[in-house]
Amino acid sequence: MNALKDALVITRRQLLQLARVPEVLIFSTIQPVMFVLLFRYVFGGSINTGQPGGYVQLLMPGIFVQTTAFTLAATASGLAEDMTKGLIDRFRSLPISRSALVFGRTLGDGLLNIVVLFVMGVAGFIVGWRPTSGIFKISLAFIFLLAFGYALSWVGIFAGLSARDARVVQNMSFLITFPLTFLSNAFAPTTGMPRALQYFAEWNPVSTMVAACRELFGLKNQFGATAGSFPSEHPLTMSLIYMVIILVIFVPLSVRKYNNANKK
Amino acid sequence: MKSIIAEGLVKTYRKGEVKALDGLSLDVEEGTVLSVLGPNGAGKTTVVRILTTLLTPDSGSASVAGIDVIKHPEKVREIIGLSGQYAAVDETLTGWDNLVMFGRLYHLGKKASIARADELLERFSLSESARRPIKTYSGGMRRRLDLAASLIVQPKVLFLDEPTTGLDPRGRQEMWGVIEELVKGGVTLLLTTQYLDEADQLADDIVVVDHGKVIARGTSDALKRQVGGERLEIVVDQAHVGQTLEIVGRVSGATATLDEGLRRISAPVTTGSTALVEVLRALDDAQIHPLDVGLKRPSLDDVFMSLTGHVAEDAATVEQAGKGFKGKKEKKEKNREKGGRS
Ligand SMILES: Nc1ncnc2c1ncn2[C@@H]1O[C@H](COP(=O)(O)OP(=O)(O)O)[C@@H](O)[C@H]1O
Ligand SMILES: [Mg+2]
Repeated sequence: MNALKDALVITRRQLLQLARVPEVLIFSTIQPVMFVLLFRYVFGGSINTGQPGGYVQLLMPGIFVQTTAFTLAATASGLAEDMTKGLIDRFRSLPISRSALVFGRTLGDGLLNIVVLFVMGVAGFIVGWRPTSGIFKISLAFIFLLAFGYALSWVGIFAGLSARDARVVQNMSFLITFPLTFLSNAFAPTTGMPRALQYFAEWNPVSTMVAACRELFGLKNQFGATAGSFPSEHPLTMSLIYMVIILVIFVPLSVRKYNNANKK
Repeated sequence: MKSIIAEGLVKTYRKGEVKALDGLSLDVEEGTVLSVLGPNGAGKTTVVRILTTLLTPDSGSASVAGIDVIKHPEKVREIIGLSGQYAAVDETLTGWDNLVMFGRLYHLGKKASIARADELLERFSLSESARRPIKTYSGGMRRRLDLAASLIVQPKVLFLDEPTTGLDPRGRQEMWGVIEELVKGGVTLLLTTQYLDEADQLADDIVVVDHGKVIARGTSDALKRQVGGERLEIVVDQAHVGQTLEIVGRVSGATATLDEGLRRISAPVTTGSTALVEVLRALDDAQIHPLDVGLKRPSLDDVFMSLTGHVAEDAATVEQAGKGFKGKKEKKEKNREKGGRS
């Protein structure tokens, strides 16, 4: 019980940081909103979706997933900063549960995602996004998005613990997540890609997430090379499997790495 | 009873290439202050990190208040306070935010955490800046806040790693005052420092550490006796060097020595400022106006020189230089050696 309380103190600290430096929150919401606007108006006209409501309907799930994928970088650089600034020594010399610090941070980044997704949803609505599936499925999609961000947060924890410099970690995390979000169905149909790439793009967790969200928002998915196979038929289940795999690998790995930091 | 015991601590880095600790042992009697004195890279931080459970040694053993730090780190963490070499507080939060957060992590509960934060801020003269982000604090304020954070639950044993390094003289004085207050309260304290005067001011006992080993141990008086006391130093024009040497020699009753390049004359004195005044008066009578005068307390360098046995050599060179204005080249080389070590 104390472990959870300790973690919540750490989460609270992160929220306090946002209150003290509100710019961080402002910029972490402006960026995705800007993406919504850019994609909506730059590509919206030239991509023929064949679905009612136009490109913005397909785009929003893509941008939601991309934004939650960036949680990885946020978590990694936030933790790396604590690690390199000596603050971690204080936490580790306190009589608190050892996983509290990392666990608390994943919760904090999850809360931040709620705010960011909400703002993006509003921005999307303003530029014409109209999900048609009803409140229950829409809510489910958002819970799903938050879970995805949370799972990736643990990858970020591992990256942050392995780091020597906060900026390097941030750049490296972007270097991995950025291509992953573009080698997917998030912004354009995979059917336009070379066939070999289609396999990769359609098995990509980002794509299964996007496809799952589109389903939950009441849209149809297009699959190319993998049409008819498991990820295209059951994107939601596939995404859940991915999340479980990520958590099963990275939670114990990160906790162990954090606890073993004193062997170095 | 011994409050802190470390025995044969060894810690290496880069697969044994860097020996941060090389069989270091020390102990601290309950309720006393031990200063670990040593230059940069001596291994001070490494000892502190091992004793505070942040680092596991390759070999050796250590206990704090009778608890083994390697076997029961979680129990040790409940009774110690640590203020590391670099202030470990959240820079974006205010001083108050930080202390309340740490209070809650010590499971004090919300009310008690707030009360304790207010109390500590008051005690360390930080009340006025309590609601400002740490980013805006001066170095001294940061260090005081960091110390406050390590005192939230009144630790039995406190570790301070170079608490005044990087502070201006005023910040240093304030920090010393704060630490002296704490010691009066009866805490057992292990403090590391690079300054002999700091160890002298605050500690009951001093261990001198170099290359991961203890090379001397004793009270500060004993160490200073070994090193020698204050030195009087005067810089004059080239024209007055001979005359000044003679005056300083007469007043101090010892052989005055000359650093030719700096035109600095110096001699050991036992009467401190009295000798200084006497010399100045004599110089005034002789119409000599010194460019710079001062009393120099023995520094860590001096301690090291005396402990590692270089003093005799150095003294010989200086004496030679003083007598015949010779040996300039030799002296320069010696100085370079000295610089290289510090
Ligand atoms: N993580 C590390 N990796 C490699 N060398 C290290 C590490 N930490 C300390 N050292 C080395 O160990 C020695 C002792 O370091 P330290 O205990 O920090 O000295 P001090 O605190 O007395 O300045 C130094 O030579 C330092 O370079
Ligand atoms: Mg150090």
